[in-house]
Order: sequence, then structure tokens, then C-alpha cells
Amino acid sequence: MSAAVEKVQAQFPDEIVEIYEFRGDTTIIIKPERIVEICTLLRDDRETSFRYLSSVAAVDYLPASPRFAVVYHLYSHRNKNRVALKAFLADDAYPSIHSVVPVWSTANWHERECYDLMGIQFRGHPDLRRILTPPECESYFPLRKEIPVRGL
Amino acid sequence: MNGAQTMPQTETMVLNLGPQHPSTHGVLRVVLELDGELIVKADPDIGYLHRGIEKMCEFRTYHQCLPLTDRIDYLAGSANNLGFVLAVEKLLGVEVPKRGQYIRVMIAELTRISSHLFWLGTHGHDLGAMTPLFYAFREREKLMDLFEMVWGGRLFPCYFRIGGLAADLPEGFTDQVWEFVETFPKKIEDYENLLTHNRIWIARTKGVGVMSPDEVLDWGWSGPMARGSGVDWDLRRDNPYSRYEDFDFVVPLGSNGDTYDRYLVRMEEMRQSNRIVRQVLENLPSGDINVADPRVALPPKERVYNNIEALINHFLIIEEGVIPPVGEVYQAIEAPKGELGFYIASDGTGHPLRVKIRAPSFANLAALGKLAKGRLLSDLIALIGTMDIVLADVDR
Repeated sequence: MSAAVEKVQAQFPDEIVEIYEFRGDTTIIIKPERIVEICTLLRDDRETSFRYLSSVAAVDYLPASPRFAVVYHLYSHRNKNRVALKAFLADDAYPSIHSVVPVWSTANWHERECYDLMGIQFRGHPDLRRILTPPECESYFPLRKEIPVRGL
Repeated sequence: MNGAQTMPQTETMVLNLGPQHPSTHGVLRVVLELDGELIVKADPDIGYLHRGIEKMCEFRTYHQCLPLTDRIDYLAGSANNLGFVLAVEKLLGVEVPKRGQYIRVMIAELTRISSHLFWLGTHGHDLGAMTPLFYAFREREKLMDLFEMVWGGRLFPCYFRIGGLAADLPEGFTDQVWEFVETFPKKIEDYENLLTHNRIWIARTKGVGVMSPDEVLDWGWSGPMARGSGVDWDLRRDNPYSRYEDFDFVVPLGSNGDTYDRYLVRMEEMRQSNRIVRQVLENLPSGDINVADPRVALPPKERVYNNIEALINHFLIIEEGVIPPVGEVYQAIEAPKGELGFYIASDGTGHPLRVKIRAPSFANLAALGKLAKGRLLSDLIALIGTMDIVLADVDR
């Protein structure tokens, strides 16, 4: 069991939904509400020291519900290891989660991309605009499963 | 007259740099707010080259995704292929034989040299040094010839395949790589003679775009961008993949975190890559290049023609592709531009449920606005050059 799992278990026992290992990757599935606190803990704790956020990815599990999940890939330069945090978002129609930009500045563009392509709202994001697609795209989000790959 | 009346009222000006501008290295648009020549605010506007690769992957088999990854960072196609095939192999739980892995390392390091040469030529050219472009492209052209021997093309390799390689190395290839490896260190000296002590080069790069190690981690910089600030991190050494642990190389570090130090880091990285290629050549084992599992790698052609089971295996892989179990993996490699990560979620079918590409250029470019603020307009060109971005990598 990695230090990250132990820390989150000790400090946020009610937030953990599931912990799973697959091919050596550890993923902690958490409830979305306290994502900022959990990220701050993992970043600032001397043992875990996840000071680097590799990426933020949104996944659409349609037709399952809750259909949207956000996955954070964290890396520790001190321990040379990774952990993934994953949160399923309760609302299928208006998925949202708190922004982790206060924890890592790099989250700014990653979260904008998740908003742009999957329509995830990041509450408290300083500048939540479309980033890859033009602003005229209005209310459709290309990576959602109901959007066809061509012929929209 | 008092002073207040003689001072003219000034206001800032908005200037568009790009999306069609030679020094933005592609279709990058930067919306600049200028006070005279000083940058008040720089906002990179990206997405002009967004092709929806992540979306297209969801509608293809894993093998069919591979040519799309060529086009992520088109200056380092093999590096993208390597990241993707390693991620799929991790998902499948297979490991390529030693010879296959060594050849992958050799091609990946030659790709790194070719990518860095392109950076050197264009970065130098942007800042007014014309000669490095010709020198760097001369050697890059040699590498392109070598690549052409292996996969028939220049930029889009598709040579690494899930479970191994498309084919073994062609005859006479290693001799030509030896020739390159022997002569290349002298060429790096030539480049350094042009730039390292050049007063104009130093004036344009020293103290420009300084990032502290803490800022580097906060902004998610990786690769030479992080190492220029003294962040001692290289995925090849720290989380080795494809048997990088068998090779001896030094991870060069900068100390000031400015454009000049990042230049020095990349120059040294070319030397180290050259060293790794030499070690591969010295120790290249014989044997298979593909995994033996017929559900993963295509059987050899002779068997397909003469054996009904092999023919069926061949058809199944072409028609359905590989079918990984349900699960999610993240695999990162040290691409020439930094951490290239593939997050693949599989739902147990022949098509990925989700492919997320963590592109190094995207994360590195995000800090452009922060670095450009308060600098001169001409420094912005140095900053774009030092980031070594490829817009296809940024936009995907």
C-alpha cells in the first residue's frame, strides 16, 4: 500500500469510495466534494510530496450513471512514483467539481481542456474558457459519447 | 507649464502575433497587450491544429490508433509511437523481447537528436543566428535518410507496433548508424562554437524566461524545460521503460533556469543520446523482435502463407485488433520535449473507451503568459523558441 493511500485513508476515510491497483498503477476513487483538500494534502505532505500534476482527464462512461469522471494523475519527484485520483461527478446533466488551480497552476489549462472537450464545470477556476475548439462551438462538447466522430 | 500637462496620455495596444507567423513555430496565436515594446499581458490562443485525435481513437482499433499518434509531435513521431505502444502493452500485460526493446531505444534516441536539431536550428534562426540552421539541418537530413531506410518515410514512422516492431532493421543500417555516432560529437562542437560563447546569443538568452525549481513543478514543466532549472528528473532514469536501465547516461542540469541554460541542457542531451545509441549498437542482442503471443503481434509472413492457424491469427488481429481487459493505465515516457503520457481506459472491447494524451508542449506552453509579462516583445520570440513547442503536440 502506497503512502498516498495511507494518508488519504487516515485523513479522509469517508471520502474514499474504492482503491484499486491495475498493472502497477494505483487509483484512489474519491467523492468529488473535498478534492481540493485531498490534493493539497498529497502535495504538501512530506512523505507523499506529489508536487507535480501530470494531467487532468475527463472520461465519459455513458450509458452508466454517474457518467462523468475526472482523473488526476499526480507525480512525486521525491519518491519517483505516481498516483491517480478519480472522482465520479454526481450530476449527469451539469457535471461540476472544484478547480485545483489553487493547488497546481498547471491545472489551469488541463481543466480548460476538460471543460472544452467534455463540458465539465470547474468551480472557482479563474478563467474557464474554451481552449482547443473555437468559441462558436457554444454548447456541444466533442468528447462526449453522444457526439458522433463525423457528420454533426 | 507643469509636468503633468507635458506628459502625453498613453494607452496600451493589442497586437496579434500569429497564427501565421514564422517565429511561432506553427499556428500559435498570441494576443499581446503592449505598452510600447513592453508586454503587459500575453495570452496564447491555441487550437488551430486541433484534429480531435483523442476522439478519433475511440472509433478505431488499437492498431489503427497508431498512425494518429505519429501526428501528435510530428518532429518526434517515434517517441509518440513508443508512448502509445507501451501504454497498450501495459494494458495487455505483455513485454517485448530484448532485441525489440533495444531497437526501440536506438530509434527513440535518434529521434530525440533529430528533434533537438530542429529546435536548435529554428531557435537560433529566430534569434538572428542563421548558420546553426544550416548546420543542424545537415545532420538532421542524415537522420532522415536513416529513418527512411527503416520505415520508408521521414516524419511518420509507425515503426513501433503493439507487441514489437513492424520489421527488423534493414541490412546495412547499423553500419550507417555507427558512422553517424562516430562523427556526431564533433558536429555538436561545431554548433557550440557558433553559439555558446557568442555575445549576441548570450545577450538574447541569458536571464530570459527564468523559472525557479518550485515554479517548474507548480507549472507542470517536464523534460529539458524542467532540467534547465535544475530539477533533477528524467523518466528514462527514474521510471525506466523499454530497458533504459541497461544504459549509462548522464542527466544534464542547468542552474539558472533561463533560456541559455535550457540551451546548454539540450546540447548535452544530444551528446548523451549519442552515447545511448552507441551502447545499443555495442550490445544489440539477436533474437525475436515481437512478443510470441498471436493475440498481440502479427505472425511472420512465411507462417501466414503456409499455416492456417497463423492465417486466422493474422485476420483476427487485422479485423478485431488486440482486446485488452477492462482497466485503466497511465504510461509516461521521456519524449524529446518532456513527459509524454498516455492514459488509456479500456472497457474490454477492441476499441479504447478513452485515450487521453498528456502532451509535453501543451503543459509547457501554459506558462508563456507568466514568463512574457513585463518583458520586451523580442524576448517573446526567445521564449517561444526555448519552449520547443510543436503546435500539433499542443493541439492534438
